[in-house]
Order: sequence, then C-alpha cells, then structure tokens
Amino acid sequence: MNYLQSIGYNTLNALTGFGRALLMLVGAIIAVPQRKNIRLTVHQIYVVGVQSLLIIMVSGLFIGMVMALQGYTILVNYGAEGSLGPMVALSLLRELGPVVTALLFAGRAGSALTAEIGLMKATEQLSSLEMMAVDPLRRIIAPRFWAGVIAMPMLALIFSAIGILGGHLVGVDWLGVDAGSYWSIMQATVEWDKDVVNGIIKSFVFAVVVTWIAIFKGYDAIPTSEGISQATTQTVVYSSLAVLGLDFVLTALMFGIN
Amino acid sequence: MTTRKTELLVGIFVVLTLAAGLLLALNVANQGMSGSDQSYTLYAKFDNIGGLKPRSAVKVGGVTVGRVESIYLDQDDFTPVVVLSISEQYNNFPDTSSVAILTSGLLGEQYIGFQPGFAFDDPVVLTDGDFISDTKSALVLEDLIGQFLFSRDSN
Amino acid sequence: MSNSSTLVSVENLRFLRGNRVIYDDINLTIEKGKITAIMGPSGIGKTTLMKLIGGQLKPDSGDIRYAGDSIPQMSRRELYKTRKKMSMLFQSGALFTDISVFDNVAFALREHTKLDEDIIRTLVYLKLEAVGLRGAADLMPSELSGGMARRAALARAIALDPELIMYDEPFAGQDPISMGVLVKLIKALSSALDLTSIVVTHDVSEVLDIADYVYILANQKIIGEGTPSQIKASDSELVQQFLLGEADGPVPFHFPADDLFNTLLGTAQQGVKK
Repeated sequence: MNYLQSIGYNTLNALTGFGRALLMLVGAIIAVPQRKNIRLTVHQIYVVGVQSLLIIMVSGLFIGMVMALQGYTILVNYGAEGSLGPMVALSLLRELGPVVTALLFAGRAGSALTAEIGLMKATEQLSSLEMMAVDPLRRIIAPRFWAGVIAMPMLALIFSAIGILGGHLVGVDWLGVDAGSYWSIMQATVEWDKDVVNGIIKSFVFAVVVTWIAIFKGYDAIPTSEGISQATTQTVVYSSLAVLGLDFVLTALMFGIN
Repeated sequence: MTTRKTELLVGIFVVLTLAAGLLLALNVANQGMSGSDQSYTLYAKFDNIGGLKPRSAVKVGGVTVGRVESIYLDQDDFTPVVVLSISEQYNNFPDTSSVAILTSGLLGEQYIGFQPGFAFDDPVVLTDGDFISDTKSALVLEDLIGQFLFSRDSN
Repeated sequence: MSNSSTLVSVENLRFLRGNRVIYDDINLTIEKGKITAIMGPSGIGKTTLMKLIGGQLKPDSGDIRYAGDSIPQMSRRELYKTRKKMSMLFQSGALFTDISVFDNVAFALREHTKLDEDIIRTLVYLKLEAVGLRGAADLMPSELSGGMARRAALARAIALDPELIMYDEPFAGQDPISMGVLVKLIKALSSALDLTSIVVTHDVSEVLDIADYVYILANQKIIGEGTPSQIKASDSELVQQFLLGEADGPVPFHFPADDLFNTLLGTAQQGVKK
C-alpha cells in the first residue's frame, strides 16, 4: 500500500513539475520583444555562447582528430581510406556535432544558468525584481532562454566545422590521405539539406530542451545551498539523458525511415 | 555591463558561425557552387543504375565534368533515366559519346564514366536536353555470377 | 477601521503553507505616513506577511487591501501597477550582484521611466547621498559590508519614491553602529518623504523608539497591538515575555512534542500545543 502510494505521489510530483516548467516557459517567452530585452539577450549570448566557444572548439578539434585516426586504421584495411572525409564529416554533422555540443553545453552553460538563477532566488533577487514591478520571467528567464536556443546551434556548426578541419589535419597532413579525395568524396557524399540542415534542426531541438531544463531547475530550486547544488546536478543529468533519448528519436525520424 | 566589449565578442561569435556555415556549405556539402555554375542537361537511359545516386560525379578520364542531377523511372518502358548536369565549359562532346556506370575502387562510390565519341568530319555536338543512346549499365554482382556460371556450363 | 488614513488593511487573513497554519484570522491596518512595526519571534512568517501584501503570495482566505483595492483579486497588470507604488527592503538586501551599486539604484528608474541618463544620474546620486553611500556608487555589491549593502538596497528601494516601504528585518545581524544608522535612516526617510513604513523585526528596543504603532504576532495570531507606550504597559504575559526576552513562557522554549517526551524530560505541560 505504501509502495503504491509513493508511486502515485511521485507521478503527481512529476506531472506538477512538468506543468510548472511549461507555465514558466509560457510566461517567459510569450511577450512582446522589447529593445531592452534584445540587448539583454545579446549579453546572455555572450555568457552562454562566447564563453563556451573555447571548450567547444577544442573538443571539436580533438574529436575530429580522433575520428580520423580511428577511421583511417579501419578503412585502410579495405583500401578505402579515401572515404575518410565523408566518414568524419557525416558522423560530425549528423551525430557528434549536435550531441556532443549539447552535452558540453549542459555541463558548461546549463549548470551555470541553473546555479545563477537558483542563487538569484536564494538571495531574494527574483522576489526583489517582482516587488519592483519587473517580471523576473521576462527580465531574467526569457533572455537566457533565447540566448541558449540561438547560441547552441551556432556552437554545433562551429564544432562540426572545426572537427572536419581536425580530421583533415590528422588524416591528410599526418597520415597521408590524399587531400583531393578527402574533400571531393566528402562533397559527393554530404548533402546540404539532408545532413547539414538536419544536424542544425537536431541541435536546435537540443538547445530548447537543455536551456529549458537548466533555467527551470534554477527557477524551481529550493533556495538553499543544498537545493542549488542538487538542482545543478539534476540539470546536467536530466539534460544529458534528454539529449541522448531525443537524439535516438530524431535520428529515427530523419535518417531511419526513408 | 561592459556592453561594447560584449557586443563585439558576440559579433565575432556570429562571424565564426558564418565562417563555419560557409565551410560546410562550400567545402563539405559543395552547395551553391553547382547552382551558380553554368551547366546544361543531358539524359541517359540505363537498364540498371546499380548504386548510382543523385550528386554522383560524371567523369571524363577521371576529370569531373558534371554531376548526376536526378534519377527517375521512365513510365513507358520502365527503365531508369539519369539526368546529368554537365558544366557549360565542356560543351562540345560529340553525339557519339557513351556513358557507363563505374565504381571507384572495390567498395567506393559509383560514378558515371563519360566516354567522348570520335568526332567525324561533320560532328554533331550534344546540347541541352539531348539523350545519350550509348549506355553501359552498372555491373550487378548476381548477374556477373550468373553469366560466369552460364558460360562455364556452355563450355 | 477602514478610513481615508488607512493605506493597507489586512482583513481576516488566513494563510497555510502546506498543512501548517501560518496565520489564522488576523486583522491589521497600516496608517498612512506612519511607521508600523510588526514584531514576533523568528519563524512565524513575518516575511510571509510582506509577500502577501506585495501580492507575491495569495491568502487562503481573507483579504488584503491597498488603498482600498483588493490585492489578491488584482489582475497581473493592476498588481504590477500597484507594486510600483510600494517597495520592499529584503533581509539580505537582494542587490543585483552582477551590476554596480549605481546601476542597482538606477535599475527601477531605467526600467519604469523614460528619463534621460543625466537625470537618472542626478537622482541616483541624491538617493545614495541620502543613505551616505555616494562614494560607493562604483563598487560592486560583493565589495560592500552587510550594513552598507542594506543601505544601498534602501537607496534602491526609495528610487521610485514609493508610498509604502516594507523593511524585512532591517536590523538583523548588524553591528550597533550600522543598526543606529539604519534606525536613523528609517525615521528620517519616513518623516522627510512622508513614507508609510512597515518594519518587520524582532529587535524590540530599536523599533519601539521609532514606531508609531506596534503589532506583535505569535502563535498564528496577533497577541498585542498599540502604541509603543501601550505595548510596554501591556499586562499580557505573552507580550511581556517577548519584550523582556524570557526563555520560557507562553511562547514555549520547547518545540511542540508529544506528552511522553515531555514526561521523560520532566518539563511542565504548559504551552505545549495539543
């Protein structure tokens, strides 16, 4: 009986959580954009985008290099090392670019968003805004949401591009794959609308989910130091799981069914 | 808020993204180049196109002169028709030219090998919309094995 | 009780948090231009009362009126309009930590008015001068001491010249000098700007000096009210316990516990809630 009760209790909790998250988002983004908010959003793009740039670029470079190294050792057995280009490009554009960017973003920017908003709540800054007749949803939440949604696909594009250059570095400059075949077979294989655009769409979906989780966990955090640390952990765990789960669904929809 | 510096850095971020997008568009997916390039269209009918795909290369002696634009099935005789988009700078192939579906390497991509025909005294040049009649289909492994067995039996 | 000199009136307010009763049917009125103190032991939800007046929480029953208009029944737009006329000084100060003291004070002005940056500058420096922090305008909130942060927050709270200002524990955790400064400031602002002030606190002696009227809250109810002299002369045991700071009395030293626990410790039954 107690066990059943706890199932019901947890289900209700989860449902009300979803409800609050949706209400928060609706309250934040359904508003007439103002000049002031655009400047706030630009500032937040700096915080979540520009400040994540270095880790994204370094990770992209290394992942591209590793993929070229691994791919080469396998492909060379079949004399197909010319296909290194498309292998690196397709894995980056379709999967690794959007997914790894989203995971890094959750760890780098998402956790910071949660902690920042949680601390604002704990130090009564959010209440204080409300008492100053400024809606914290529009002033604090909305710019951060839009900034995340805009910045992450940009980061994913940069990640993929750097990764392909990293693959070139290892594959062509180091292992001696022909530069012409690296690029030309890649060009013959990669399709703009199917591979590049689908990758951007994926990244956009991840951006919405990760940013949403991050700001909601901060906004809904229990305003104590323990509550905020818990919320920050949950942000990283939940967004990583959501990204990987959604990645499967999106891949099945985009590439699985022809 | 140190707004100016922030805005500058966000601007750099946008430029970086555009550069990445451009790299992906031009060097990786080769989008845009084909569109801006002047080209003309030829058609070729095959019995079997094997693994040929749109955007596969059309090569003359290893030099890429165009790409496969699209592939469709002729509704009258149910044979595949391949639409080739050939760069305008190679506009003097004689109408005796032939095309074949070839494979690069053992596991490589399939492409169209374009074999220009001999130009006689009064060459007729292939122009936009022409059909190439002399075609050689892709090799299908099962057919090859079948032929091999058949020819061995008959010996 | 509601007449023209009343700014805020709380009527039959009942508020629950979860299943716990915070307020059970309380009434109080805040007079215009006066300093009203609300005192009581920690943890009885004095901050909650301010959030109820500010419309951040909704009562379970009863009504809160601001200048005659019911706050719980206001639409979002009306509520935000009313909030521009009130201001709240939070216990922690709640300064925005990512912007300087100057920008903190200028925040509401920039947000709600279309004034030129020159005029805003003048106003901000005037407000900072009033709290004695003009020299700290360019500091970040993290560089201020606790007392200075509270004064900066006070400058921010009066930036829009509100009608009502609510102080949440303004004296908590302050050294005697900062406390003296704050007492003086609250008094001075109230008389100079004709502000209506609500001071929530448990620092008895400070607040009795400046308050015009006092309410004492305990056990979910108002246990005493009156002018400071009436309160001091009160014969209620509860009030006296609070004023004199006795450890045990009508407000129990022990958190409510069951009888067995009490018996084992050999404590008296008095004051234990059934």
